[in-house]
Amino acid sequence: MTTQTNSHETALVEMQGITKSYPGTLANDAIDLTIYSGQIHALLGENGAGKSTLVKILYGLLQVDAGSIAWQGQPVSIDSPAQARALGIALVFQHFSLFDSLTVIENIALGMAVDANKELHQKIIDVSSRYGLLLDPDRDVYSLSVGQRQRIEIVRCLLQSPKLLIMDEPTSVLTPQEVGELFVTLRRLADEGMAILYISHKLNEIKTLCSEATILRDGKRVATADPARQSVNSLAALMMGNEVASVTRAKRTPSSDIKLQLSGVSLNAKEQHGVPLKKLKLSVSAGEIVGIAGVAGNGQDELMQVISGEAKLPNAKMLTINNQAVGKLSPGERRALGLCCVPEERLGHASVPGMTLSENAFLTAHHRISLRTAGFISNGKSARFTNQVIEQFNVHCNGPQSLAASLSGGNLQKFIVGREIEQQPSVFVVSQPTWGVDAGAAALIHQSIQAMAQLGAAVLVISQDLDELMLITDRIAALCAGRLSQVYPTRDVSLQQLGTLMGGASIEAGAVA
Amino acid sequence: MISLQARAEPSKLMGFCAPLIALLVTLLAGLLLFAILGVPVGQAFYAFFIEPVSSLYGLSELGVKAAPLIMIAVALSIGFRANVWNIGAEGQLILGGVCGGAVALYFYEVDAWYVLPLMTLAGILGGMLWAAIPALLRTQFNANEILTSLMLTYVAALLLSMLVHGQLRDPDGFNFPESRLFHAAATLPIIMEGTRLHIGALVALLLVVVAWVLLSRTLLGFALRVNGNAPRAGLYAGFAQKRLVWFSLLFCGAAAGCAGLFEVAGPIGQLLPTISPGYGFTAIIVAFLGRLHPVGVVFAGLVMALSYLGGESAQISLNLPVAVTGVFQGMLLFFLLAADVLINYRVVWRKRPQANSGASL
Repeated sequence: MTTQTNSHETALVEMQGITKSYPGTLANDAIDLTIYSGQIHALLGENGAGKSTLVKILYGLLQVDAGSIAWQGQPVSIDSPAQARALGIALVFQHFSLFDSLTVIENIALGMAVDANKELHQKIIDVSSRYGLLLDPDRDVYSLSVGQRQRIEIVRCLLQSPKLLIMDEPTSVLTPQEVGELFVTLRRLADEGMAILYISHKLNEIKTLCSEATILRDGKRVATADPARQSVNSLAALMMGNEVASVTRAKRTPSSDIKLQLSGVSLNAKEQHGVPLKKLKLSVSAGEIVGIAGVAGNGQDELMQVISGEAKLPNAKMLTINNQAVGKLSPGERRALGLCCVPEERLGHASVPGMTLSENAFLTAHHRISLRTAGFISNGKSARFTNQVIEQFNVHCNGPQSLAASLSGGNLQKFIVGREIEQQPSVFVVSQPTWGVDAGAAALIHQSIQAMAQLGAAVLVISQDLDELMLITDRIAALCAGRLSQVYPTRDVSLQQLGTLMGGASIEAGAVA
Repeated sequence: MISLQARAEPSKLMGFCAPLIALLVTLLAGLLLFAILGVPVGQAFYAFFIEPVSSLYGLSELGVKAAPLIMIAVALSIGFRANVWNIGAEGQLILGGVCGGAVALYFYEVDAWYVLPLMTLAGILGGMLWAAIPALLRTQFNANEILTSLMLTYVAALLLSMLVHGQLRDPDGFNFPESRLFHAAATLPIIMEGTRLHIGALVALLLVVVAWVLLSRTLLGFALRVNGNAPRAGLYAGFAQKRLVWFSLLFCGAAAGCAGLFEVAGPIGQLLPTISPGYGFTAIIVAFLGRLHPVGVVFAGLVMALSYLGGESAQISLNLPVAVTGVFQGMLLFFLLAADVLINYRVVWRKRPQANSGASL
């Protein structure tokens, strides 16, 4: 590990007083950031703290309103990503820009605007073996796991031999084992003198990996610290300010009354690269929270659609709610029976961006709550229900007439989760409940989910966030390539074992006691 | 330097103002066009915009032209809100005229109260039948309704032409491609003595109210709007998308078919090879000019009706070509689409953004 203090050296990049505003918000407010060669520098902050904006400025995707950037001591103006790459800056995006139907080498060639020839083939093999990023250049991208896809992006960057590698939330899509492998690679790159800007909000990762951390909050730089000398709690306090939220695990006594049961749910993939579900078996009892871990793209969307009713099952008995076969019922009919669902995508799936909160409340609530008068939509009743959700879930907005799209991610998620919980479902299924929301909102959502289980609802949580699942679930399973693992009591499973399950092996076969 | 800056959220004011801006710019561009053509601008303006509505008869004619436009545009805007792009209202209008007209000819000289209701029913069913074809193709085979409905318009026009040259031709009409003139019991009641303003104008207004309530107060209308705004949210909420496509197209087919029948049973009074000056297409512009809102469509329908009357008037008094109507309608849509940018963007004057260079050193 390289923990050099290179204060006497010239910084590789020095950003000073970076300021950038969007209509309505000041995303970056006079931020300073200095990175040295051979350093793994963390950029830490909550969602909305201004990390992405700062990185986009460094990579030439955005232009600053004020401030300066110096590269190896020379003032520069980075007007485009091409110019950033020419300087030696490479960026691995959080969301990959790969063509599924092309091979690895074709994707890399496209990104670098070169031919997919033998020379490139050899280079890819060289780079990938040198840094432990195993990759077959001739594989089709759609057949690769998310971790493997990330390797393509990293290799693509390394082929340009950058001086600074920026990684945007790289571990959000990886299993714990894959995270370990990635860290080995990153340390090796740093040892060879590359600077790495590592963007994350995961404190443990930053403590183990980074030698310096710049912490942002509300668009401002609040501190630059050595993560090794800080505790996770002190880092959290810096990152979140006063609103350090902690959720405790509530005591629950699940009954044996099975509310939601999947008995051999199978469904062929609808789309070309969709994931077929294979004989899923699972039951959730009243008062119980069951978690499903897994890396995105392993059938989570399909599972959610099958449960919510957006996809119908070939056999109605594959899915029961309160012992009633519902596999062929419409989403509305399932809601009437007590099932409420929250899909992963907030805008455009769980809510209509261009409609008001009141209309978005009516969207799903009209099945279980009287929001009509003599058959006609009652704006008054919708607004009253909406206000109830806004108050109970502390949604910051300008009232029921605000457009859904005008809310921040955390507030919209609180509203959507609240809309479903306020309908008092007996079965509640939620996918990625706290994906991309701030800590305060996440804590509120976790508490609400636990509270409804205590009141006797059966809850199923589908999530990539293992900490979240460990915190709130009673039993846990993992979804891998459309297959569900055995279900274990959460307290008997370690993170490492969960990673094994997410990789598709069973704990027993994985030889982890 | 002028540049466009994204607004934090869409401007409601601009949503309202964009059609007015478009109208104003169309007016200016039109007058400029007249000036280039060498027509006295003042005279042209008077002939186009004032003369047609300067008499009671002129105003009634405005209603005659606006009625079918409003009927069709109201129905179209429901579909457009739901992401169902029916471009073939013209064909559905023709089929309505053909089917209703055929009923009138079948009951020729039968003087009974039921003839007109039967014709109306036939017209509505004819329009729905024609709209059902794209609906079926879209829901069963995922065929794009923009193409299918548009192409069916030409089939409908040829079908009408074939019938008035053949089976429905007036036996005593010296082989002219026209049907018999409809008898009194098969002709729409006039609501204003001495004009051609018929009961269809009232039906159009009734339809506006029905559509308004449907869109703003019923579950069906809500489902249509959700489907147009975010189809996946519609699926999640449990709205059956195929049914919404069927409804949108059939509703529009019914309205267009009814409008077509009102044309042949009203101002025209017989079947001709051409029974509409493109109402079905112009209604698309009306729908957008009216912001896809039933009430907005009423005003937009009146404006577009004026473009027809003004075009006729300009032909007569200034010897301008008939194309002048189309030019005005086209310009209006063109400027409207341009003005709509202002809903999501604001125009700002600013110096070139100074990058890092300004602050450093």
